[in-house]
Amino acid sequence: MALVLTEEQSMLRDSARGLISDKAPVSHLRHLRDSKDPTGFSKEFWQSFAEMGFAGLLVPEEFGGSGLGCVEAGVVMEEIGRTLMPSPFLATSVVAASALTRGGNAAQKSDYLPKISNGSLLASLAIDEGAKHRPLQTNLQAVRAGNGFKLSGAKALVVDGHVADLLIVAARSAGSAGEREGLTLFLVNPAAKGVAVERTIMVDAHNAARIEFNNVEVNADSVLGEVDQGAGLLDGVLDIGRGAVASEMVGLSEDVFGRTVEYLKQRKQFGKLIGEFQALQHRAAELYVDIEITRAAVMKAMQALDADVAKAASAVAVAKARAGTTATRAVQEGVQMHGGMGMTDQFDIGFFMKRARVCEELFGDANYHAEQLARARGY
Amino acid sequence: MTHSTTPDSEAAELETFRNETRAWLEASCPPEMRRPATSDADVFWGGRNAKFSSEPQRVWFERMRDKGWTVPDWPKEYGGGGLSAAEHKVLRAEMAKMGARPPLSSFGIWMLGPALLKYGTEAQKKEHLPKIAAGLIRWCQGYSEPNAGSDLASLQTRAESDGDDFVITGQKIWTSYANYADWIFCLVRTDPAAKKHDGISFILFDMTSKGVSTKPILLISGYSPFCETFFDNVRVPKSHVVGTVNRGWDVAKYLLQHERAMISGMGERGVGRPLGQIAADTIGTDAQGKLDDAMLRGQIASFDVDEAALAACAERAVDLAKAGQAHPAFSSAMKYYGTELNKRRYEILMSAGGVDALEWESERSRQGARPRAWLRTKANSIEGGTTEVMLGIVAKRILDLPGA
Repeated sequence: MALVLTEEQSMLRDSARGLISDKAPVSHLRHLRDSKDPTGFSKEFWQSFAEMGFAGLLVPEEFGGSGLGCVEAGVVMEEIGRTLMPSPFLATSVVAASALTRGGNAAQKSDYLPKISNGSLLASLAIDEGAKHRPLQTNLQAVRAGNGFKLSGAKALVVDGHVADLLIVAARSAGSAGEREGLTLFLVNPAAKGVAVERTIMVDAHNAARIEFNNVEVNADSVLGEVDQGAGLLDGVLDIGRGAVASEMVGLSEDVFGRTVEYLKQRKQFGKLIGEFQALQHRAAELYVDIEITRAAVMKAMQALDADVAKAASAVAVAKARAGTTATRAVQEGVQMHGGMGMTDQFDIGFFMKRARVCEELFGDANYHAEQLARARGY
Repeated sequence: MTHSTTPDSEAAELETFRNETRAWLEASCPPEMRRPATSDADVFWGGRNAKFSSEPQRVWFERMRDKGWTVPDWPKEYGGGGLSAAEHKVLRAEMAKMGARPPLSSFGIWMLGPALLKYGTEAQKKEHLPKIAAGLIRWCQGYSEPNAGSDLASLQTRAESDGDDFVITGQKIWTSYANYADWIFCLVRTDPAAKKHDGISFILFDMTSKGVSTKPILLISGYSPFCETFFDNVRVPKSHVVGTVNRGWDVAKYLLQHERAMISGMGERGVGRPLGQIAADTIGTDAQGKLDDAMLRGQIASFDVDEAALAACAERAVDLAKAGQAHPAFSSAMKYYGTELNKRRYEILMSAGGVDALEWESERSRQGARPRAWLRTKANSIEGGTTEVMLGIVAKRILDLPGA
């Protein structure tokens, strides 16, 4: 398949870009932050997003969705990255929708997927426990009790966890931390007894929570996929999430780079536009090339996910690792080349730096993914 | 679900082509030609004095030539395979999958051919392209001069009009394999009074012409892939000019884009063993099977990330070009990154090889193959336009930054 967008995908990009840049430019995020908005995103906007078919983009048509693929989800994520719009799209429409579509039984799918598609249900995957993303280290305990389980443990960086109507919780039902065997995914109602949600205000003014589970009772119908065999499902869902975050970072990198190049063409020092200085020209050129290469790697990964999620791991590792280093470089150069203005809160550039840092940690940073690639290649 | 714009029937035809191609390659490519060449002597360049280094090399070349697949996407009338862009991509992918070598390496294929297809007269195409495709004539490139390197357009080799001929006098340098080449495509100054980009012509002539001589240059690698090339009143018919007289810079630039794409390809090589495993040969692994040098392992992993990403970008560049969305200066971006990456690769290989990679003359080291290759890569970011020139082109032509 050609590594360029098809006509339909370009149209999708244009409509997402039109909507997002119009209704949710960076000032939208700034307003939510400054007003200490309790939701942290615009519910009205999410409804119109759903009406345009974006909320159910990955959901099969039989459950009210658009039935599109990861390439399309990446197209939307990239547009979200351009304006840093806080939105349930990543947690609900990409990660949770993929988990339910790929792992859910008939009842689970028909219970939840139509509500995701129409924008009425927010869902979130609770995976990380320690400071770094280490899925196999999952140690939240699932102990058999009666016909179900009791869950005990704590999760961090649960994206949108403070407003989620449904939690998808990775737990250890057998074995010990570090093992692939013995992982199970559970669907948990956050209003259930024993669940304590603490909204965490993050550096990027996006939305996340720490969640504690204290002997939370779930019945057997709450298991998503198979007991003890959740690692495979989790791998695929996380890879889709990683590809989506990498796409967001491509959009973020491009936008911060565009702002920086514009600044090089306007700012004068020593009687010259600073963009005339070769030292800055070459750094800008290197960054441009970095972004183009990363864009291709991310597109490759999204196509690989659409072709076969189970075979996309290496392409996704390359994409997420590259997107992380590229976005980090883009925001650092962005602030540096804007000089003192780049350090001010009044200027938007800092928002990009903060979001890039969170995206880098989400679902594994560049080192994590380079490590995965090294293992896959046998050295 | 898929979202390809390719109609189903076309997709089915392409699938048939893929299956047939795979079967044909499987039957036709000798096992010896399914691993990378280990030295330059192992690469087939064609030409009047060409010799095959092995029987499998000859067989592979002739089979591919007979299908027109030395130049799969050139029109059949000029000796090519007449493949569509999509078919060509399939062929490349299938060849890469089995590690099949290119049957013929040639500056005629990579550089002159595309320029002739765009700027050549019908007579020039008919005369030269089939001989390139069949490996009958080996070409070299007369661009750089002692005082015209990065500033190529300041070249001074003169071509004076004399009736139906030009008479050429001057000197070129860094002429790759000029001592083995049969013909040269050459930039000469046909109007010394014009501004520097405006008085240049692009001309073709036989290296056996009276007045042409070459002298190999010994490099730090101990090899001499480049020559100094001298022209002393070489007489060339005016009909050998490609494009318009004094407009040779257009042709030169177009050709440079292909040259840069070719050199950038040196950074991506999907086939062969992973670099980390090559390093493990000398360094060993720990109990978990990880390379027993954690810092080097990290360097290799980040190299592998960048290499895989570059390969995706090279694929995308081709697709963008086909879709008519490519920026004409993008090959400069690829040239910069690909060559820097290749240098990184060889720094890692030298580090991985340790003491073993320092031997210069021994059977054991295949006459110092690795250190010589390492030193050779240092030219990658100089030849065909330096990294600094490439970044300047990206800054000005793609980013539209101000100044000079």
